[in-house]
Amino acid sequence: MTTDFRPSGDADAFTLRRRPPAEKLVDTGFRQLTLALASLVAVVLLGIFLVVFDGAREAIGQFGLRFLTTSAWDPVNEEYGAFTAIYGTLVTAILSLVIAVPLGLGTAILITEDMLPRALRDGVGLMVELLAAIPSVVLGLWAIFVMEPAIRPALQLIHTLLGWSPLFDTVPQGPGMAPAILILVVMVLPIITAISRDALNQVPIELRQGAYGVGTTRWGAIFSVILPAAISAITGGVMLALGRAMGETMAVTMIIGNAMNFSPSLLAPGNTIASMLANQFGEADGIQVSALMYAALILMLLTFAVNVMAQWVVRRLSLRY
Amino acid sequence: MTPSNPRQSLQGASFNDLFERRPLTFDPSLKRNRLNRLFTGIAGLFGAIAVLPLFLVLIYVLVKGGQLLSFSLFTQLPPPPGLDGGGIGNAVLGTIVVTLVASAIAIPIGVGGGVYLNEYSQRGWFAQFVSFGNDVLAGVPSIISGVFVYGIVVATRIFFNQSYSAVAGGIALAVLMLPTVIKTTDEGLKLVPQELRWGAYGVGASKFVTITRITLPAAFTPIATGIVLAIARAAGETAPLIFTALFSPFWPEGLFNPIATMSVLIFNFAIMPYEAQNALAWAASFVLVIMILAANLLARWISKMARKA
Repeated sequence: MTTDFRPSGDADAFTLRRRPPAEKLVDTGFRQLTLALASLVAVVLLGIFLVVFDGAREAIGQFGLRFLTTSAWDPVNEEYGAFTAIYGTLVTAILSLVIAVPLGLGTAILITEDMLPRALRDGVGLMVELLAAIPSVVLGLWAIFVMEPAIRPALQLIHTLLGWSPLFDTVPQGPGMAPAILILVVMVLPIITAISRDALNQVPIELRQGAYGVGTTRWGAIFSVILPAAISAITGGVMLALGRAMGETMAVTMIIGNAMNFSPSLLAPGNTIASMLANQFGEADGIQVSALMYAALILMLLTFAVNVMAQWVVRRLSLRY
Repeated sequence: MTPSNPRQSLQGASFNDLFERRPLTFDPSLKRNRLNRLFTGIAGLFGAIAVLPLFLVLIYVLVKGGQLLSFSLFTQLPPPPGLDGGGIGNAVLGTIVVTLVASAIAIPIGVGGGVYLNEYSQRGWFAQFVSFGNDVLAGVPSIISGVFVYGIVVATRIFFNQSYSAVAGGIALAVLMLPTVIKTTDEGLKLVPQELRWGAYGVGASKFVTITRITLPAAFTPIATGIVLAIARAAGETAPLIFTALFSPFWPEGLFNPIATMSVLIFNFAIMPYEAQNALAWAASFVLVIMILAANLLARWISKMARKA
């Protein structure tokens, strides 16, 4: 009965075509192909974890959790501890965010809340996005030859004023944690600005109109209505930026000084896990490779935890309006 | 005033008791208006500070790098340490080669994966798992991707018993590009109206034909934009290359030998104590930044043109 769709008299006008086996094969084949390609994401992710974990096993067995709290890095005696690098990673990432969050959020408010003429607003937005496109290694080059010499007098001043504190008790002499923090600010600023801008743009217009309708000022509306409505996405963006700052490698490697001995001072040369990997991985052998893999594993787990927390925060904090 | 019945307490009071009479004209000296101006000023200042680094970096890169711009910069090899002159020809070529290898790996996988997520998966547990994994992969630090490829390609010498190679560098960059390509493909396909697919099925097209002839072309613009941005980002990456593609002072010697790239050249030459090398690092920055900004503006232009059409 399926063939009876054919109108009488005109056989060519309408025919029901059965799908040839080749076409079906192509169809299912394509489906399986895309499935396999999608699965590759999981395979790569798992592969990364396994390669790093497998490489780190020897060091995990030898150093255990002591690795996290000691700061010896002694290839001669084969004694390794990553505390210096972990301290550097966390301190540079967190302090850079402390500076970058107000700047990025302020910029995002400036370009979403109708304070500037449209052309200028778009211009600022474009600039910040282009800043994100500049390669890390170019920022590092700029930091070495331009930024660090320029800010050294300011760091000297901080040292003379606050030198009593262990955070500033070393004389700034070129590369160090403070310039690394500043270059990280430059690198995470575009992320925070872009995500905050999108979050603010998504706040329903009715909330703004309601706030202005009851007679509040612009900043009254921003602080008590718009920011609370966008806070979940902004927090998520800040967490993503934290993950990025912890994993950022090149610019930091070029300006942090790569010192393996621990100093709490922000003006002293330091190290991060990523910069340690960039510097030593190529030339290491034996247990040092394993120790570096162990550090890489810690970095992976840190960024993983931060990224998962970012997704959780976005889901948990989102207001229902 | 009992809060339990505010209406009653309102009845006794007149309008004047409840509200202070104020003129309705704008009074700039009010505290709220002064605070308003203060915060607007702060936001403006923060915006200016945020834009400042871009200006400074661009000015220095364009001036310091632009000075060295010449024909020989692209045709000569970098000089040995201590000597002057030379160029970055091998690094320019190497960056193109490594980025092409990365694109050849990441684009088919990424577009295929994105097609699966949006066209086939119905957002079941596996698709959610892949999406989640994709987000995690996007957050993996770039240096870890280098460690990974070092572990599976360089240390194992699986390609013709070669250790460091252009292909290894390309794979490391592909790992970084993949999440972006999948995400933009998935998001781009989401924007294709469902009616287009129904229309294609209605005239008897198979799912394969629908996707390759209707859905993917309809989503071409967002996907192309995302891919251009991913390539631009990969071209500037350094961390995954320093122990996969390594560096080479010579012209590229095929895909399975160490290869010079501009980003690694900048890193190596910036920390050398020789002026000629430092200058070449600035020149390479100039070329790299111009290439990347051009790609970004191109991507922007593609999506703007498409929105107008």
